[in-house]
Amino acid sequence: MNRTHLYILAGVLSLCGVLLFAYKAIILQLPLYAGQRTDVWRIESELRFTANGGPAKLTIQLPSATGQLQVIDQSFVSAGYGLTVAPGTAVNQRATFAIASVSGPQIIYSRVVVSRSMIKDMVSRDPRPEIRQPDLETAAAVAAAEIVRAARERSADPETLAALIAQRLTDARPGGEAEYLVGRNPTVARVVARTVDLLALADVPARMVNGITLELERRNAGFVHWLEVFQNGAWRNVYVGEKRPEVVRHYLPWWRGRGEFVTLEGGSNLAHSISVTRSQELSLQTAMQQLRATERRLTEFSLFGLPLQTQFVFRSLVVIPIGIFLLVVLRNVVGIKTFGTFMPVLIALAFRQTGLLWGVAFFAVIVAIGLSVRFYLERLKLLLVPRLAVGVIVVVLIIFVLTVLFHRMGFTRGLSLGLFPIVILTMTIERMSVVWEENGPREALQQAAGSLIVGVLTFMIMNLPQLEHLLFVFPELLLIVLAATLLLGRYSGYRLTELRRFRSLSR
Amino acid sequence: MMGLLQVARGLHANGVIGINERNAEYTLAYNPRDRYPIVDDKWLTKQYADKAGVAVPTLYGVVEIQRQVQDLPALLALHQDFVVKPCRGSQGDGIVVVTGRSRNQYEVADGTYMNDEDMTFHVSNILSGIFSLGGQSDKALIEYRVKFDPVFEKITFRGVPDVRIIVFLGVPVMAMVRLPTRMSRGKANLHQGAVGTGVDMATGITTSAVWKERLIELHPDTGNPVAGVAIPNWDRLLEIAARSYELTGLGYQGIDIVLDSALGPLVLELNARPGLAIQLANRRGLGKRLEAVRADYQRLTSVQARVDYARERFGADTLLLSPDLSATAG
Repeated sequence: MNRTHLYILAGVLSLCGVLLFAYKAIILQLPLYAGQRTDVWRIESELRFTANGGPAKLTIQLPSATGQLQVIDQSFVSAGYGLTVAPGTAVNQRATFAIASVSGPQIIYSRVVVSRSMIKDMVSRDPRPEIRQPDLETAAAVAAAEIVRAARERSADPETLAALIAQRLTDARPGGEAEYLVGRNPTVARVVARTVDLLALADVPARMVNGITLELERRNAGFVHWLEVFQNGAWRNVYVGEKRPEVVRHYLPWWRGRGEFVTLEGGSNLAHSISVTRSQELSLQTAMQQLRATERRLTEFSLFGLPLQTQFVFRSLVVIPIGIFLLVVLRNVVGIKTFGTFMPVLIALAFRQTGLLWGVAFFAVIVAIGLSVRFYLERLKLLLVPRLAVGVIVVVLIIFVLTVLFHRMGFTRGLSLGLFPIVILTMTIERMSVVWEENGPREALQQAAGSLIVGVLTFMIMNLPQLEHLLFVFPELLLIVLAATLLLGRYSGYRLTELRRFRSLSR
Repeated sequence: MMGLLQVARGLHANGVIGINERNAEYTLAYNPRDRYPIVDDKWLTKQYADKAGVAVPTLYGVVEIQRQVQDLPALLALHQDFVVKPCRGSQGDGIVVVTGRSRNQYEVADGTYMNDEDMTFHVSNILSGIFSLGGQSDKALIEYRVKFDPVFEKITFRGVPDVRIIVFLGVPVMAMVRLPTRMSRGKANLHQGAVGTGVDMATGITTSAVWKERLIELHPDTGNPVAGVAIPNWDRLLEIAARSYELTGLGYQGIDIVLDSALGPLVLELNARPGLAIQLANRRGLGKRLEAVRADYQRLTSVQARVDYARERFGADTLLLSPDLSATAG
């Protein structure tokens, strides 16, 4: 028998399984653990203004190119307004609320939910972003050139150059070039804006970023500003006036450039307030929400695309192969004898509904009663098929009586008795009685115990929530189970029980 | 207690094969699926054996459908003693050996009695498939009861002892005599408590024995030593075994032969998945012998060549049990 074929098949199957699994776990970030939670931040903007009575149009910036954070949800509350979301300038996204005629105080809410993302999306869409040369007066131009020259002498790359220039402008000494450019005690926004200008002189593309810091809980969060400097095809963050910013805080970039957060036409008294709250959500939900369109298609063809009721059924179904695999190991590698090939797995599935202790008790009780009835039937000398049919009817009756009895006695667990596989129980009783007659009670009880032990072990492994979660979220892992089972199909070593059986021959 | 790994290594070194290896390397590899019916259906086995000129117990009659069951007493009336067996039975289940009659009763080999009603019920059960693999409906065979050769009388408790020979690619590789005990209720099946006795392939003399996976020297019921009994017509047995390959086309099979005092060796049945207890009975593994055959079978062109090969290669070297081993085995 050529095993290479088998090894290649098993190898390909497990490779597919592993690759799909890795893609979904690492790139799509589907959670590996059941009930795993991730931090999500809700950022709510409240916009108030007084409408003039005519048409009104309000435009706000939306978070875009958010770097290592991902926008998972975005929603607006704006009664009566028409909403359009459109790209503004190159990188910014804007939402425009428009209404034909309105007067009095108006409130518009916008909510954005973000979470951390493993992939940093900092690659520039433009291979070489356009540089807008600043419009400087002669004196300012001289001061700027001096700062750039000094900084250049001490910098290795655009990033450090930007940091040096920003620092120079921040520490503006009275009478120096810096003060001339940004004034005394400049705001961060002003420093950032000027740094962008100076970098343009140095032929380095840069832009101003307006964003917020994400904190546990924050009302009236203000915008902060920093720099993005273009270097080697990607944008690097340069924080102005912070020592080790990235470690301490999460920055949510919102929009780029010197534009306003919100602009209004047809109203007055515009005010906005932004609040941030952090909460924890099930990773699975978060991951499913943040999938991009192409990836969504992937999940539509996964178990998540199914109706909830069906998903619930599949949660039990995906663990069956694991149970079957364990059964193969216990039978072919350990060598435990069971009644019927897959009977223990089916029993284990019933245990999932009844719970382990109750399940074992029910099983023992039903089989014991069934066996005694079967021994009585033996005297009637019934033929095989009618006898099996009688067995099924008797088992149904036993279950019926026990259920009613348990219910009266107040054991709610007893009600799940009906979930036991009736035909399997009947076959178990039949086989057990035959083995009992042919090979004695000892052998029969041994095999019954073997079946029950395999059933219990199968149940224990199938009932691991972690395993169920993994297989449900990553069904491709079943390919690995399939490969392993294929390999076991050619396992020709000893069974553990054979080591005992033949031990006298081992010298 | 030896470590498990050590036991496994020891077994491997002695060429002991396990169920997985038998299935993966021998039965699956050398037994074509379409040949299985020849051995699984004992009626078919008889027909093939007849064609090949191999002696089998005479068939008295076949009950194929339920309607024929009512004619059964009339058929049985023709014979003083007979055997009823399911056509597709396994492990000797469902076989009733009738040794004689007293008034309306059939005397059964295990010492019990059956009347006509019991007998027709039993045959009906056979037809409904209770004894067949997978439970498909079956036929019942009624055949000649073997009057077994007195050679094993002292080491048999009722029932019919038989000789099981494992044949690989036409070469008999290992043999054992299966001796019924009180525990096995007349059946020559090791699972059910029969004694298995190893056989020296060169001489046909019994050697070591195993009972319920224990190594024994004496028959548990009769108390006589099981070793040192010479199987009569050993040459003829080996020849029948070697021929069985052409008969069934199964590369790896077990052949069960009974010794009739008048008719000589008769083939009882063939088995496409013979058990591995024969290794215990002979106190050696099958593996090395099977490997030897696999290497040499192509140059063994005649039945006689295969028989000679078996006698030369697989005989005479049986070691007696070392004292410490018998201690652990007891």
